[in-house]
Amino acid sequence: MTLVLEQLLNGLQLGVTLFLLAAGLTLIFGIMGIINLAHGALYMVGAYAGALTAKATGSFLLAVPAGLAAAGLTGIIIEYIVIRRLYDRDHLDQVLATYGLILFLNELVTILFGRQPLFVGVPPALSGAVEIIPGVPYSVYRLTIIAVGLMLALGLFLLITRTRLGMLIRAGATHREMVRALGVDIRLLYTLVFGLGALLAGFAGVMAGPLLSVQVGMGEQILIMTFVVVVVGGVGSIKGAFFGALIVGIVDTLLRAFMPMLMRGLVTNTSEADALSAGLSSMGVYVLMALVLLVRPQGLFAARG
Amino acid sequence: MKRRDFLLASAAGAATMAAPSILRAQGAGAPVRIGFITTLSGPAGYLGQDIRDAFQLAIDSEGGKLGGVAVQAIVEDDALRPGQGKSIAERMLRNDGIRLFSGIVFSNVLGATAPDILDGGGIYVSPNAGPSNFAGRECHKNYFVISWQNDSLHESAGRSASELGYQNAFILSPNYQAGQDALAGFKRMFRGKIAGEQFTRLDQTDFAAEMAAIRAANPDVVFQFHPGGLGIAFLRQYQQAGLLGRIPMVVAAPSLDHTTLAAVGDAAVGVNVTSHWNVDFDNPQNQAFVAAFRAKYNRTPTYYASQGYDTALAIGAALRQTNGNIANQDAFRTAMLKADFKSLRGNFKFGPNQHPIQDWHALKVERNAAGQLELKTGKKVLENHGDSYAASCKL
Repeated sequence: MTLVLEQLLNGLQLGVTLFLLAAGLTLIFGIMGIINLAHGALYMVGAYAGALTAKATGSFLLAVPAGLAAAGLTGIIIEYIVIRRLYDRDHLDQVLATYGLILFLNELVTILFGRQPLFVGVPPALSGAVEIIPGVPYSVYRLTIIAVGLMLALGLFLLITRTRLGMLIRAGATHREMVRALGVDIRLLYTLVFGLGALLAGFAGVMAGPLLSVQVGMGEQILIMTFVVVVVGGVGSIKGAFFGALIVGIVDTLLRAFMPMLMRGLVTNTSEADALSAGLSSMGVYVLMALVLLVRPQGLFAARG
Repeated sequence: MKRRDFLLASAAGAATMAAPSILRAQGAGAPVRIGFITTLSGPAGYLGQDIRDAFQLAIDSEGGKLGGVAVQAIVEDDALRPGQGKSIAERMLRNDGIRLFSGIVFSNVLGATAPDILDGGGIYVSPNAGPSNFAGRECHKNYFVISWQNDSLHESAGRSASELGYQNAFILSPNYQAGQDALAGFKRMFRGKIAGEQFTRLDQTDFAAEMAAIRAANPDVVFQFHPGGLGIAFLRQYQQAGLLGRIPMVVAAPSLDHTTLAAVGDAAVGVNVTSHWNVDFDNPQNQAFVAAFRAKYNRTPTYYASQGYDTALAIGAALRQTNGNIANQDAFRTAMLKADFKSLRGNFKFGPNQHPIQDWHALKVERNAAGQLELKTGKKVLENHGDSYAASCKL
């Protein structure tokens, strides 16, 4: 039982990280109509800036603003130089251009910092483990990620539902042309949304630094999963991104954790059971996505039908 | 329409991500050209980089030659994608007329690429991957492995774990050919029980679920095979999960090389490693290699680099005996199998399936006098060890 609870926490933590990325991706697509494949690269930029700052100053507290600044700045530069030219273009053009950005940023990072992964320590104040469930020590750092992520989700929810900017964002996600017709400076709104998405991705990158290895290509590994979240949750919906991320995070973690036991119960040949469970658990979230597309094609919490 | 656009574009995106990123080197006339297909991009990029750099170091130190024969390495990046490796090989074979190949890091890429090379009349000399399927019944007279057969890496870890007195092991590896070979190899030489066995994904970055499973199984040793960046994430999360001090770990060389050691830091202290090569081997050729590599590239070579260098030396030895004629493949093969070169590892010879017979050593991560972490070589775990598939290879 404690194992299930611990795995749920792990799933929650993965979900929260996915949410930070999916929120930006879904907003950028929902409002700007841009497929931003380079979103993962912003996550990488945040992680690198955070890791390098933490290394140079020894302070994780400084790494967070550094990561945010670097990702936000990169996002705004990308928006200004590349994305602006793509608003009226076909989605395939956007895919090509943002894919080009991935190659460019990955190669740039390789040239600047090499292929060797970077090391960031867990900040001393957050290292160690606490027993929130008796008998199961759980990493304080992972708990912090969950807490901060949930707070950010709440903040984002308030921003979207309670502020004027949020109102414009919601309006932009459902009736883009109408917002423009009403005289809203859509250019500025786009830049703000893109910058916000970049900040969230950068933050996810900084937070992931001490857990994963900070390396070239780390963004693409998580990006595919983020796309699944956006499809499951519904394009353009923050609420969808939130619940989609939690569902995908928890389903993925639980499948990986319990599929082997389940399969060994069902199939007698252990090596076959292992191969089967490894296959099924890595398929899991994609099957989930296919099911959602079948039953509710607009996504679980679509911004519009 | 919007959702459909998004799906279409995401699919296009996923497809483009699978598309090639090509680093094309210049191809030219007289020297013997070696098609060097390796993994240079992505998280595992440093593996291919080390192999390529050491291979090139061997060529450069002879002034553009190997064994007195002018050679040119034509390097391309497979990006860890089997399909990409295969299409590069086809192009090199058909359009460029290259007949000598090397460089592949990963067994899944090798599995897709090597058959095309061999069927197309090429020779393949592996500096790293040595999957079980090509070591046994499907062995080939033009296929040579300089590094190891995959299983033997992990057999040495299994033997080492038994010698250290562990009885109950939890074992993990990614679910691909080399990962399956790893678990099979470990189990073959480990005399204790297996407390649990889990496959991970080759693109996995978060191992929290596995950590919880390890804690629940409570083994007395953990064996894991996670090459490159995977290993870094695994070890650090192992430490963060509070398992490092509680459950000792035995791994084979790919899960802890000098690059991962630098990135992992304290999370690696006390980990038991087994390897066929280490920086501190004191034979003169190795000392010279480590010094030259550090001087040229300003970093410590990993064992991948040592294999890249040995591969160049092995090819050089064969080229010297055949005067650079690789068209006569039987003569090349006879020359190759003599293994007439001074391996950085010391003992080296080919077994009947053209895979190495060599010694395996126990290493341990320790802090040296200067306070830096290093891999320190201990005693020999296995001597003149080949692999268990050689018997079913009929050449």
